Amino acid sequence: METRTTPRSCLAALEAADTLTELQECAIKLRTALGVDHLVYHWISVDGEQFGFGTYAPAWAQRYQDRDYIRIDPVVLGCFQRFRPVDWKSLDWSSRAARDLRRDALAHGIGNQGFSIPIRGPNGQFALFTVSSTCTDPEWDDFTGTHQRDLILVAHVLNDKALQLRQGRSPQPTIQLSPREVDALTFLAMGYARSQAAEILKISEHTLRSYIESARLKLGALNTDHAVARALTEGLIVSGGAIRDAKGDWPGRSVAQTTDPATALAGNH
Amino acid sequence: MIRYLYGAELRSYPALRDAMHRDRATQFHDRLGWNVNVDENGGECDAYDGLNPLYVIWEPAPGVHGGSMRFLPMDGRTMVTDHFAGLLDCTIDSPLIWECTRFCLAPDATVKVAGILMLAGGELMRGHGLTHLLGVFDARMIRIYNAIGAAPQVLGSSGTGRDRISVGLWPYRPTDRLRVLRRAGVSSDVSELWFRRAFGRPVTPPLVA
Repeated sequence: METRTTPRSCLAALEAADTLTELQECAIKLRTALGVDHLVYHWISVDGEQFGFGTYAPAWAQRYQDRDYIRIDPVVLGCFQRFRPVDWKSLDWSSRAARDLRRDALAHGIGNQGFSIPIRGPNGQFALFTVSSTCTDPEWDDFTGTHQRDLILVAHVLNDKALQLRQGRSPQPTIQLSPREVDALTFLAMGYARSQAAEILKISEHTLRSYIESARLKLGALNTDHAVARALTEGLIVSGGAIRDAKGDWPGRSVAQTTDPATALAGNH
Repeated sequence: MIRYLYGAELRSYPALRDAMHRDRATQFHDRLGWNVNVDENGGECDAYDGLNPLYVIWEPAPGVHGGSMRFLPMDGRTMVTDHFAGLLDCTIDSPLIWECTRFCLAPDATVKVAGILMLAGGELMRGHGLTHLLGVFDARMIRIYNAIGAAPQVLGSSGTGRDRISVGLWPYRPTDRLRVLRRAGVSSDVSELWFRRAFGRPVTPPLVA
């Protein structure tokens, strides 16, 4: 007798998975169960690295990193500012860089529709869970409306799994910044002026300075720029810039690294 | 119109933002006598406003605050987990439950505004696939919730009289919507439009042929 794979049954398999390979297998099953083109978990730089798994071609994962797309990706920026799922078409794709990314992603078969769920773990950990596909707007609205609850639950299980996996790998950071110190340095690292960061965090500039100062002392930094740089390298805050040269982990990555990005794209021209 | 705005987006609506914080000061500090922070501009603000929460604001005319409330998901830092965990039998950390705090009505608001905010809360649950909203409220609000037919399931309370503060749950029930729309005096289409303006997708997915 044939048993149909459903998102719910995949959830049970996910709960039982405890290696990256098993998670990767679950991701592939889940993609089939949902009938989408791609399904990806992407943890952004809790310790200066990108870490993820899913069904994107390794060549695309590598290209995304090589091109430093994370700095301009409207999905990452949009999710960072929100806590509910984000439909890609509700984001601002008007900048030249964003349009180029979109064109490149389409050429790599990512699909014209996407739905990303931001996830936050302890110590400001930030990750995205994304499904993408090729279909019309009404079809996609119907899909996301039907499945979003399951997708949110899957996103959180995946993140718990990822946290467990990482714990075995890297030691806890020895420096602990408070949530407000993390906030302050994160906004500075994103290029906001002190006044803007203070406004976003709804605190006075004076208070913001005190957070920056306490973070600076904890980090043993000479000035604010130094503190931001140290927080990035220690992986205490999230920003696109730290990731470029960091060692990430992605199934199939070693294969992709030997592939020239130009040849990877060649088939689409 | 009903606005759904994240904290980071409020910057673009300074008049509305300031009016909301002023009305919150009037309600929570002046009228209820809660021990809350009021800044030099007469606005009430707390630490959770700094966590980029989602605000639902009733804006009867541009820049005018008619009523509002504030949401944070229960899998992150919330007022309930920080301060009211003792009122609950268990920990609630589901991403499908959002905390609703600072439910505030402008001084001249009618009970209809409370109905409009309840409608928005329902649309959030429906549109974002939530199972429940979790609220922190005082005794007076329970009367208002009862009056608009949205009585919460109270999980726990502390204090007495008008200082009594409770934590309660509103489950998502698809069948409530028509009644809530009628009470709010808002048509389904208009509510859908407000939701779509904010989130770029419909609250009810259209049926695909």
